[in-house]
Amino acid sequence: MTRRVRIILKTLVWGVALSPLALLAYRFFTDSMGANPISYATNLLGDTTLRLLLSTLSMTPLRVLFGISWPISLRRLLGLFAFFYASLHFSVWIAVDHFFDWRAMGADIVKRPYVTVGMTALTLLVPLAATSTTRMVKRLGARNWQRLHMLVYVIGVLGVLHYLWLAKKGVNDPYWYAIWLSVVLSIRLWDWARRLVNKRQQVVKPSDRVTAARYHSMEA
Amino acid sequence: MLIRRAPDIGSSEITDHTLYVNRRSFMIGAAAFALAPSVSASAATPQGQPLAAKRNPAFAVDDPPTKFESVTTYNNFYEFGVNKEDPARLAHTLKPRPWTVQVEGHIKRPKTYDIDELMKLASLEERVYRLRCVEGWSMVIPWIGYPLNALIKRVEPTSQAKFVEFTTLHDPEQFPGQRPAFFSFSGLDWPYVEGLRMDEALHPLTLLTFGLYGQLLPNQNGAPVRVVVPWKYGFKSAKSLVRIRFVSDQPKTAWEKAAPQEYGFYSNVNPQVDHPRWSQATERRIGEFRRRPTLMFNGYADQVGSMYTGLDLKKYY
Repeated sequence: MTRRVRIILKTLVWGVALSPLALLAYRFFTDSMGANPISYATNLLGDTTLRLLLSTLSMTPLRVLFGISWPISLRRLLGLFAFFYASLHFSVWIAVDHFFDWRAMGADIVKRPYVTVGMTALTLLVPLAATSTTRMVKRLGARNWQRLHMLVYVIGVLGVLHYLWLAKKGVNDPYWYAIWLSVVLSIRLWDWARRLVNKRQQVVKPSDRVTAARYHSMEA
Repeated sequence: MLIRRAPDIGSSEITDHTLYVNRRSFMIGAAAFALAPSVSASAATPQGQPLAAKRNPAFAVDDPPTKFESVTTYNNFYEFGVNKEDPARLAHTLKPRPWTVQVEGHIKRPKTYDIDELMKLASLEERVYRLRCVEGWSMVIPWIGYPLNALIKRVEPTSQAKFVEFTTLHDPEQFPGQRPAFFSFSGLDWPYVEGLRMDEALHPLTLLTFGLYGQLLPNQNGAPVRVVVPWKYGFKSAKSLVRIRFVSDQPKTAWEKAAPQEYGFYSNVNPQVDHPRWSQATERRIGEFRRRPTLMFNGYADQVGSMYTGLDLKKYY
């Protein structure tokens, strides 16, 4: 893939990923967020977080399915945007929804499973975001880094549970997210099983092993 | 943030404003309506038909009423769809005239009422009530109607009548939300059924409601007739009624059937009894920024509390 294509792809990701924020800003300044602006903002940011998180998780399956490598080069960017929106979602919850009512929020985190898993998912995203640079990959070593970043699957599951557990009956979006998550996880599992079999049969070529370091070396 | 506090309008201004604004357009609107019975979607929101009613000052709320626009665009009415904007957007699919309401069951005078006859059964009054949704938001709404007990007295319930069951229209043609859903395990069983204990139905606060903000109920708010039970969570106040039945057994309500561990038959507003998934201690009044504490029985404890003495409100949620 040429440098030019990579730049175009990344520009596209920036544009798409920032569009919900632009929409929110537009609605805010034109006072068109509806009757319940706080709920509107919270839902928009939460939805965007899940979409970006699941997009991040879909990049490797795309490579597995179609044998193309360019999705991998978008993975870090998508993941960081997911973290960005998760942080905004969380900030609105603290500063606007609960207006720094720490006691009420603390009680929610302990008592409400959907808040508990949401908080956990966000907390787990922090070390991943912090170690997202190429330098950190080198510092940790590709193997350790990859092991750490397996957490993103846990985060994906927690994120989908967060929505499933808070949504009222009849709201179907959480089911679509759950289906999306199951599809990407199934592809990963299938790929993992396939590799295991191949390894046993000793037919694996060194070139098939793509390390985290190589994923990132494809970006730059 | 640009969240505006509702201005401190004197309560005397509520009805008059909308009536005033709509008075002239009503004549044009009525003519257009007669010529083209299928109203456009845009007509679903503000232009309503005025409905005259005297304000009953005994039922007032200190807080300013929620903006008309919010009251008519932020609705839970699953018959139109699960999103808050769906009812206003799809409201034009409902035809509130002609309309009949069957009143039946353990009563001496069962009757199918035409909506216009039902509306004239007692004198209409305007009452400002708080509305608290189980989801944690609330409004203040000037409703128009008469106490349900006026109808109940007229139809003479027998001693077997222990509960009143309300049924909403079931017609997927008029209610797109009732069409088969992709995730069929999700959602509600139609028709929507709600119920009250006889003493609750007879309580003077329980309003058989035909209008709001000085006009006929907009479709998205439950046209042409609904109940409003202000001390219970909003979903207890069934909309677009086609049947009122007097029964001896406690009705199985729509939300009870859908999620019995979350929505009980009583569903009284109670800050001390949490929904299994969230706290009910506070609420966000639509139009306000900060949450405010939720009041016991939504602030109507003095009037309704005695009906529940001795009842374990945690068990009978």
